[in-house]
Amino acid sequence: MVINDKRIRIITGYYGSGKTEFAVNYAYKLAKVVKRPCIADLDIVNVYFRSREKTKEMEEAGIEVISSSVVEDNCDMPALSSKITVPFLDKSYDYIMDLGGSEVGAKVLGRFGDLIDKNEVDFFMVVNLFRPETGNEDEIIHQMRLLEDMSGFKITGLVNNSNLIHETRVEDILEGEAYLKRVSDKTMIPIRYTTCMVDEVRNHEALIDKVHGELFPMHYNMRSIWM
Amino acid sequence: MAKVLLKGNEAVVRAAIEAGCKYFFGYPITPQNEIPEYFSKELPKIGGAFVQGESEVASINMLYGAAAAGARAMTSSSSPGIALMQEGIGYISKAELPAVIVNMMRGGPGLGGIQPSQSDYHMCVKGGANGDYHNIVLAPGNVQELVDMVQEAFDIADQYGMLVIVLADGLIGQMMEPVELRKPKARPIEPKTWALTGPNGGKPHRIYNLKLQAPDLEQDNIDLFKKYEVIEKNETRYEDYMMDDAEFAFASYGTASRVVRTAVDKLRAEGYKIGLIRPQTLWPFPYEAFKRPNIKKYLDVELSMGQMIDDVAIACGDKNMIEFFGHTGGVLITVDEVCDFAKKIMGGAK
Repeated sequence: MVINDKRIRIITGYYGSGKTEFAVNYAYKLAKVVKRPCIADLDIVNVYFRSREKTKEMEEAGIEVISSSVVEDNCDMPALSSKITVPFLDKSYDYIMDLGGSEVGAKVLGRFGDLIDKNEVDFFMVVNLFRPETGNEDEIIHQMRLLEDMSGFKITGLVNNSNLIHETRVEDILEGEAYLKRVSDKTMIPIRYTTCMVDEVRNHEALIDKVHGELFPMHYNMRSIWM
Repeated sequence: MAKVLLKGNEAVVRAAIEAGCKYFFGYPITPQNEIPEYFSKELPKIGGAFVQGESEVASINMLYGAAAAGARAMTSSSSPGIALMQEGIGYISKAELPAVIVNMMRGGPGLGGIQPSQSDYHMCVKGGANGDYHNIVLAPGNVQELVDMVQEAFDIADQYGMLVIVLADGLIGQMMEPVELRKPKARPIEPKTWALTGPNGGKPHRIYNLKLQAPDLEQDNIDLFKKYEVIEKNETRYEDYMMDDAEFAFASYGTASRVVRTAVDKLRAEGYKIGLIRPQTLWPFPYEAFKRPNIKKYLDVELSMGQMIDDVAIACGDKNMIEFFGHTGGVLITVDEVCDFAKKIMGGAK
């Protein structure tokens, strides 16, 4: 249950692991159960498919969105808003921080390290087994260490987001789950969520008893219907 | 091989390396920066070389040099960067050297913006450099096709001694899709006996651009165009979608054709007899694909102000048969907009 996670949820992962889609889905779930949900888009790596593209929709759902300090940001300038720090101090917020990809994206967090009470943080690593550089346990653990070293935060939970977009099968998700379980056993970091695009993965009900964390149903927000 | 989930730009690198590309020269520009970045990590591992040029002008001339030495090499950029490369593109074309360029188009003209666009059709398909020449232009419509076309581009370039441009856009570069690396069909490729690798005891090789005697230069151009005729015959490619009983046809390529394809599905579900003709090669352009007696109107949809219209008009022989819809400057078209546009043209015709 997203409500049981720590007040500040930081979403990280290898480039293209699906962090933003997970973060936006998470925000919508959170908005249903907390009073003051807020998402910060800290992606200064990518210039397409950023959570800020969905600002209007999220604001309509009652989610506060913080992104660039540049109004009408449509450029690749690494500008961050000073508002990012507000929810660190104002504990009425439930906060999601959507980082850019890989250790380059996680670097942004370094500058906020002293302002964040680490006891208030869940640092989720999103993993898609079918992306390069996270295709086996060793690679996943290597990426994990890079993210931790660069950000100064320890990963507290794994998110199995193994998918092949529209071609995803239950078996693909479970293959990712098996690899992540071994990562979890080695690192003692639990699998917290296993995602599934429930509108298109056939027989997804079969996952319920087979995942180690919580099944996390998702819907596409970042992909247009024609993609 | 099992499928992997790749971003278009990453897929370019995987495909190029699979095709034997060992050298990349380029200069960063959004939205294709993952290409040089990924090459810079991967090429040293296979004994190749990544060089960041001091500009696009330097990069294209490095490619000219590598191609002249017989290497499989490429560069990539996005619209304003490709504009800068035009002089070198002309030189490579005159020298008939095999080389590959990937252009992830963004909005223009000038420095433009960083969102996806298809407004380099004129520059890349009609030629932005001086002189009588063509480049082969491949237009992928998804990431799998991008992978296939990049691999094939190296073989096509070698087979004909041509510069091949893979013309995609920022969205295909940034989009993530499951892909499989598969071998392209085998082509007749001659050994590069002309390459500048030293005389090795024989006569020195020369690759030369300047021809001061006008009749000699004319003859070179005539020879070039004889080669182009063969390419037009062998390499023209397009895809039909729902065209069997169609009375109206969209003409669209690349990212725009993705949106159009979904619009066709929607319109078909409402009973409209409409299909899509998708050019996969822009030069040579599939003129034959638009000779269809049953089609009442061609609906050209692009992410530009309508740069392909002239080719569709030449193809169907009547510019009054063409209607255009598009967005430019980085604004994307939507499925609903395309459906509304089509319905206005078709009226109640179902």
